[in-house]
Amino acid sequence: MESQATYNYKIVRQFAFMTVIWGIVGMLVGVIVAAQLAFPTLTDGISFLSYGRLRPLHTNAVIFAFGGSALFATSYYVVQRTCQTRLWGGPLVPLTFWGWNLVIVLAAITLPLGITSSKEYAELEWPIDLLITVIWVSYALVFFGTIVKRKTPHIYVANWFYGAFILVVALLHLVNSAAIPVTLTKSYSLYPGAIDAMIQWWYGHNAVGFFLTAGFLGIMYYFVPKQAGRPVFSYRLSVVHFWALVSTYMWAGPHHLHYTALPNWTQSVGMVFSLILLAPSWGGMINGIMTLSGAWHKLRTDPVLKFLIVSLSFYGMSTFEGPMMSIKTVNALSHYTDWTVGHVHSGALGWVAMVSIGALYSLFPKLYGREGMFSKGLVELHFWIATIGTVLYIAAMWIAGVMQGLMWRAVNADGTLTYSFIESVERTYPFYYIRLLGGILFLSGMFIMIYNVVRTISNKGEADEAIPQVAAH
Amino acid sequence: MDINDFRSLQTVLAFIAFIGIVIWAYSKRRKKSFDDAANLPFADEDQHESTVKRENKK
Repeated sequence: MESQATYNYKIVRQFAFMTVIWGIVGMLVGVIVAAQLAFPTLTDGISFLSYGRLRPLHTNAVIFAFGGSALFATSYYVVQRTCQTRLWGGPLVPLTFWGWNLVIVLAAITLPLGITSSKEYAELEWPIDLLITVIWVSYALVFFGTIVKRKTPHIYVANWFYGAFILVVALLHLVNSAAIPVTLTKSYSLYPGAIDAMIQWWYGHNAVGFFLTAGFLGIMYYFVPKQAGRPVFSYRLSVVHFWALVSTYMWAGPHHLHYTALPNWTQSVGMVFSLILLAPSWGGMINGIMTLSGAWHKLRTDPVLKFLIVSLSFYGMSTFEGPMMSIKTVNALSHYTDWTVGHVHSGALGWVAMVSIGALYSLFPKLYGREGMFSKGLVELHFWIATIGTVLYIAAMWIAGVMQGLMWRAVNADGTLTYSFIESVERTYPFYYIRLLGGILFLSGMFIMIYNVVRTISNKGEADEAIPQVAAH
Repeated sequence: MDINDFRSLQTVLAFIAFIGIVIWAYSKRRKKSFDDAANLPFADEDQHESTVKRENKK
């Protein structure tokens, strides 16, 4: 019988470790697809290794396997610690771990086989979608059940963000995945034409807004204050940040469909709400970074804080870039180019991955009662490799994207196109090589991390002495 | 009144709700309670340490 006076760290340990494993897998597939763009004949003739099948595997693995595991691990940890109570839910708790990992394995099998619903970031076919629904409902029950039995009068702001992430992802998944099954491995979307496109990007952008933003802001609001050793800069701002962010994000999706069959007014709504989003996004970023005010010197010596604060800088950059790209005239240049890919990765590598890695480096020693990570130097090395990798990646894609946009719109005096499409591809090669290098650097950082994590976990001995005696209660 | 009046009304109501949240969040009355909430990440070290001790004994 587990005592109510202790937390459930087993589930946090499991998800935290799998975050690193799935991070390596997902980023490795990313490096492979980046290599395929630089060397297009790399896997010619092997259907299950073709670009079109591996690309969704990469996005699913990094978003849902790596990012998802990071969110499960940190939300289970944060909700227990800030509610001062053990996770509610009994068998539902391990169900979320084994179920989520089963979904990931099924994705890794079906996507390379070409089994796909072809909805971006929701490619998994209907039987897997049903499994996801069961697991997600269990997750919601565990999380909110724990909040209900909390021992504290307040619900800490990180839990509001995690809670919004869990609820909205449930809603998005149910609506967007609605489909008519034809066979076990094939279904067709319930929605026709432009409506399907609108629902797809309502889902797609809110997956960015609630999975990749609200959830990770939950991480930020707990781990940045904790690592800095001081409460968040302004709790009041965090409350306004929460409500402004969740009510604005919902409407930004149509900016993915500028100049398409979508009604023009819908595109404008999407653009305006995307522009408004700059305010809550930067409010949150400033709140996180200013938490360090008066303790800036800690940035010099603590590589974990470097990860967290630099992730916020990338968050600020990409949430400035996003609204700019949603302006129709800018979008006319950027859409369908590698600029979009660069923008996504400035958020995905710079913000999501870096804040997760920082939180994990803060988490692992605590979960195992160690003073710190096995090697602080390796954390520092990881930080620099990851930062340089990210900068190389996004700078290469910015230049490639703007160049492609300019080449595609260039016309001669007689109205004919100046460049053929293949000419823009040819000019992009150097940037594909730089992007590949950036990706390899980021992936190598993850290998350094797994070594450091394994050594930290197996590094017994001094650990038990490090825990001060606490009075019985 | 046609449907566009309701659309305008919705925008106005959303704006009022936002101002309401700001006033509520920044009111003096909430200060104590928010200060307490802001310190929650630092309030449970005992329980954390007994958990780690117990897990490491297993």
